[in-house]
Amino acid sequence: MLVHSRKAKWAVWALFLLLFVPLFALPLLVVLGASFATNWSSVLPSGLTAANYQAATRGEALQALTTSLVTAVTASLLALAAGTWAALAAAALGKRHRKVMDALFVLPVAVPSVVVGLAILVAFSQPPMLLNGTRWIVIIAHTVLVTAFAHQSVSAAITRLDPAYEQAAASLGARPAHVLFRVKLPLLLPSLTAAAGLCFALSMGELSATMMLYPPDWTPLPVLIYASTDRGALFTGSAIAVVLMAATLLVLFAVSRIRTRASYR
Amino acid sequence: MTEAVREVRAVRGRPGAPGGSRRPSTAPRPSATRLLWALPPVALLALVFLYPLALVVQQSFQPDTGGTSVQPYADVFASEAFREALWTTVWLALGSTAGCLVLGFALALVIAFVPFPGARAVSRFIDVFLSFPSFLITLALLFIYGTVGMANGLWTDVTGAAEGPFQFLTTPWGVLLAEITYFTPFVMRPLLAAFSQLDTAQLEAASSLGARAPRIIRQVVLPEALPALAAGGSLVLVLCLNEFGIVLFTGAKGVTTLPMLVYGKAILESDYPGACVVAVVNVLISVGLYGLYRVVSRRAGA
Repeated sequence: MLVHSRKAKWAVWALFLLLFVPLFALPLLVVLGASFATNWSSVLPSGLTAANYQAATRGEALQALTTSLVTAVTASLLALAAGTWAALAAAALGKRHRKVMDALFVLPVAVPSVVVGLAILVAFSQPPMLLNGTRWIVIIAHTVLVTAFAHQSVSAAITRLDPAYEQAAASLGARPAHVLFRVKLPLLLPSLTAAAGLCFALSMGELSATMMLYPPDWTPLPVLIYASTDRGALFTGSAIAVVLMAATLLVLFAVSRIRTRASYR
Repeated sequence: MTEAVREVRAVRGRPGAPGGSRRPSTAPRPSATRLLWALPPVALLALVFLYPLALVVQQSFQPDTGGTSVQPYADVFASEAFREALWTTVWLALGSTAGCLVLGFALALVIAFVPFPGARAVSRFIDVFLSFPSFLITLALLFIYGTVGMANGLWTDVTGAAEGPFQFLTTPWGVLLAEITYFTPFVMRPLLAAFSQLDTAQLEAASSLGARAPRIIRQVVLPEALPALAAGGSLVLVLCLNEFGIVLFTGAKGVTTLPMLVYGKAILESDYPGACVVAVVNVLISVGLYGLYRVVSRRAGA
């Protein structure tokens, strides 16, 4: 469309590949390559081995994987419940109140996650709610951070929802609860699952707030990756990173399957 | 019953009524009940987010010596480390944003307007890229440009030199490269969405009237892309100001940003009033910019 001559097209594509491959594809490939190596002092990694994965799937690392999964699933479900409730409640309010509520729930995106971590550390190390040192402080921080994203995507979906469905149901005598559970939520299901996937991925990779808060017995994967690379075990670190990426992608794929089945309804 | 159905019809038939505006057709619940329903999530948010944030502000006015004063602020503002971190944070964020905008615009242009087989796969790859944590990029750069990585290994193999020329990873330039790599997709996504709504007939018309590609980009594509660029750019600016993982993994002593300073003061030095002061400054900058982003993106309809 923009470029017509064949030669110019090939030149543009070559330039695109030259920028795209080293910048975006290479990093992921390099981490994957390093996870199978023991040494990298030349163009390609050397010393092919699967020992990194043995280290990355047992003991400490296996515990970190379960920790990450439990944290991410709990935080996503809590965030989805709170975010959806807030979005539905905000949609029913007047314009002025709705704006205030949207601003409140979007605020955690703008506040640096390190500061969210610090704030939760300060608040929950004091007597009324003493949670410092427990796993709950990590889960609360993750929930706060991802609720904003859940709320944003659900409230975007609500504004696109055709109000005629709920009006028709209500006019036929359905109670508000019935309208909510049988009409609105099923219609929102595709965006709810999308939001759940987003929350899960964000929580799996969360490092900044977690670094401020994690107790020794609740170490998620990103913290373990940092600990490995910090003490120089780069190759074990990459294997754990590949485990993290694989777990995230698997769950995202499963969630997207739910979505495709729901959108036919 | 019939009246109710008629009312629904009336609502549906009203031009422009469906979609955005929501007209309750049933007996409207009193607004007090609606406010009551909004209360639980807001109360929860207040408990786990707003109240902790207020405590941070409160603690930033309480030096370790006791009492309430602006002493922590005076101490922090006077320290060289803080001023340097502030400057590093701001120029890194501005530089990364500029880089992301240029690179993202160029790449999105090719994907949208010089399509090639596999262009769809590339845009799906970008979505996947977004779901990975940022520190993976720094980890990967260690293997590519690190002291014994790919690029330096190639150099020493070819020239026989003792060490390679790429030693920038632990400098701010390494952080800049990692941030541009990680955040460019955040610019490309809104751009690709905007380009998909651009009528290609406009491009064909401009082209058939004799305009060459640079002119079409400048006069047809760029004006259409400006709102998406503004929205994506300001989001990336905020995310760069708040970025922690990339800087932490770089492990460079010379690169300290505001989030790193918060972490260092709170966890490594246990100087909570100081950490809270830096946190307040960081929040003010980020929230101010994010507010601007919301205004811009709403105006752009994104």
